[in-house]
Amino acid sequence: MTENVLLQVQDLHATVEGREVLRGVDLTVRAGEVHAIMGPNGSGKSTLAQVLAGHPAYTVTAGRVLYEGKDLFGMAPEQRAREGVFLAFQYPVAIRGITNAYFLRSAVNAIRKHRGQEELGPVEFMDALEAKLEVIGWDSSYLTRPVNDGFSGGEKKRNEILQLAVLDPKLAILDETDSGLDIDALKTVAQTVDKLRRPDNATILVTHYYRILTHIAPDVVHVLAGGRIVKSGGKELALELEEKGYDWLREEATVA
Amino acid sequence: MSDVASGTERYLADFRAFAHNGAAVAPAWLKEIRESAIARFAELGFPTTKQEEWRFTSVAAIAETRFTHPASPIPQLGPRAIEPFLIGGGPRVVIVDGHYAAELSTASSTPKGVRVSSLAAALRTDGDSALARGHLTRYARWQESPFAALNTAFLVDGAFVHVPADATLEQPLEILYLATGRERTVSHPRTLVVVERGARAAIVETFAGVAEGGPYWTNAVSEVVVGQGAHVELYRVQRQGPESFQIATTQSRQERDSFLGVHVLTLGAGLARHDINAVLDGAGAELILNGLYLLNGAQHADHHTVIDHAQPRCASHEFFNGVVGERAHGVFNGRIIVRPGAQRTDSKQTNNNLLLSTEARADSQPQLEIYADDVKCTHGSTVGPIDPMQLYYLRSRGLSPETARGILTYGFGAEILGRMRHPEVRAQMDRLVRERLGEGQA
Repeated sequence: MTENVLLQVQDLHATVEGREVLRGVDLTVRAGEVHAIMGPNGSGKSTLAQVLAGHPAYTVTAGRVLYEGKDLFGMAPEQRAREGVFLAFQYPVAIRGITNAYFLRSAVNAIRKHRGQEELGPVEFMDALEAKLEVIGWDSSYLTRPVNDGFSGGEKKRNEILQLAVLDPKLAILDETDSGLDIDALKTVAQTVDKLRRPDNATILVTHYYRILTHIAPDVVHVLAGGRIVKSGGKELALELEEKGYDWLREEATVA
Repeated sequence: MSDVASGTERYLADFRAFAHNGAAVAPAWLKEIRESAIARFAELGFPTTKQEEWRFTSVAAIAETRFTHPASPIPQLGPRAIEPFLIGGGPRVVIVDGHYAAELSTASSTPKGVRVSSLAAALRTDGDSALARGHLTRYARWQESPFAALNTAFLVDGAFVHVPADATLEQPLEILYLATGRERTVSHPRTLVVVERGARAAIVETFAGVAEGGPYWTNAVSEVVVGQGAHVELYRVQRQGPESFQIATTQSRQERDSFLGVHVLTLGAGLARHDINAVLDGAGAELILNGLYLLNGAQHADHHTVIDHAQPRCASHEFFNGVVGERAHGVFNGRIIVRPGAQRTDSKQTNNNLLLSTEARADSQPQLEIYADDVKCTHGSTVGPIDPMQLYYLRSRGLSPETARGILTYGFGAEILGRMRHPEVRAQMDRLVRERLGEGQA
């Protein structure tokens, strides 16, 4: 069944600094779905997210990834973004001297240009941004600040979600966006992500914790351990993990 | 070495001619100082890279070039010659080859009580001369610096600015130092700015050249006195031609509870050395040193800053960024002195350098000398190419590598530009930065 398949990961292997972190990941994400990828520390969750976005430090050694039927690894990171792939970084990068507004507008216009749409001027862009800001509970003062510079951990995460809302991707990958957030911030983030759900887009939530899944009900929950997906199930699997931890799965998955 | 020594000799000979020349008319006290200064220059000579303060910067090319002190009158320049260098319609003083150009200046339109004129004129006017005598040559350390000594020996003209107590200079005052580049000239413009208690002023110093081609040398000194509770923003743009030389000292002295912002944009000259010496000489004074150098080709620019915390409860925040491309070389040396008794000093220094090519080079040296115990001093410096993580982050948002590099490079400048408070000055600086970096987007 290849209908509506947005992302197909097949036997993906990847290394960082010569160490194999992904050891044969298989994953199929269809439009309209939310997938949660859970797993213990060091299982390869963030690596999977970064490999999909095109992080230069990771090397794909085997397998392939099809995004809308096209070879994802044949695309540079900016091409992936223009085609609708978005990664919310676990550790967003600060850029001194460049305002958030300028950054966001540059990103929006890069994508609009790719789609053959007219680029937005500063005023039009601010108008379009107003509503998105409200959703994440921000005033416009965040726009005149340099990108992530001097932002608290929570502010950085919200800024990623603002970018998600503004760029409106087809495939959003959230890399531990919920980590380090207080309850209110978590709710805001979760509600924003939930509002953006549509039948034609999909979300991969990489997370450590069950709590975000109480706000965004996933269609599929995967457990990544030792660089491969060792178990997949419905949202009840997340609850089971919350109660039992990961050790039982590790034992199940022990294969040299 | 013999070339350098003969270089020194040439200036001694030029001084003897200058001292007997009608152009050197000056009060007796100043003549005395000039004599002492040339004697000091004869002792010091041109510095060599064996001296710690000049380790990274060779001035052999200056010492070996036969510069002349122009004896003939200033060539007439039309208003169009200065237009590209002006920022606003405020008062301006134009100095051409070290001499005041009355026809290009609009110093008369200053508010009541504020004096803006040529330094030479001020020295001929009783009241101003007395004021000048109290300040001129008292701060810039000509006893230590051969170039400040040379400037002091040949001190004739420049700008004179006096803002009396509680007065305000509404619009930024522009001081334009223009070199005509004729006959390999050297000029020694000297500026004195005295802003008295509770007064406010913004001043823009622009160094430029009208002619492309021939080498010229500008050896400038500006002394800035900031009175108690006064507020001064001093902007400085150096956009001389690539064949030219520039050696300059900006010397400031602040009294208690005053504020001084020094904003520097260095774009020009083949060889540039700028010493900024700031003395916080009254409790509670605040200083911001905010500088940017953008270098390419074979340019060499050296910024040496000394911040002297002489009194308690002063704050100094220093930010210098450099973007160095092609075969250019940027040098930053930031010395911070906290004198005994200067308790509760708050000092922060950063110098970040972005290298745009493998041949580009930047040297960054912090120097902290702390003789008090209750102080907060931090410093940090970086030298390197564009951060690959920043590049990846921007690319992951759809920006091409070229656009991303442009944005990150411009960010180095924008960070500094963002601290410039006068919108019309900042806009002009921003335009110059974008022109240089080729980052055309709004």
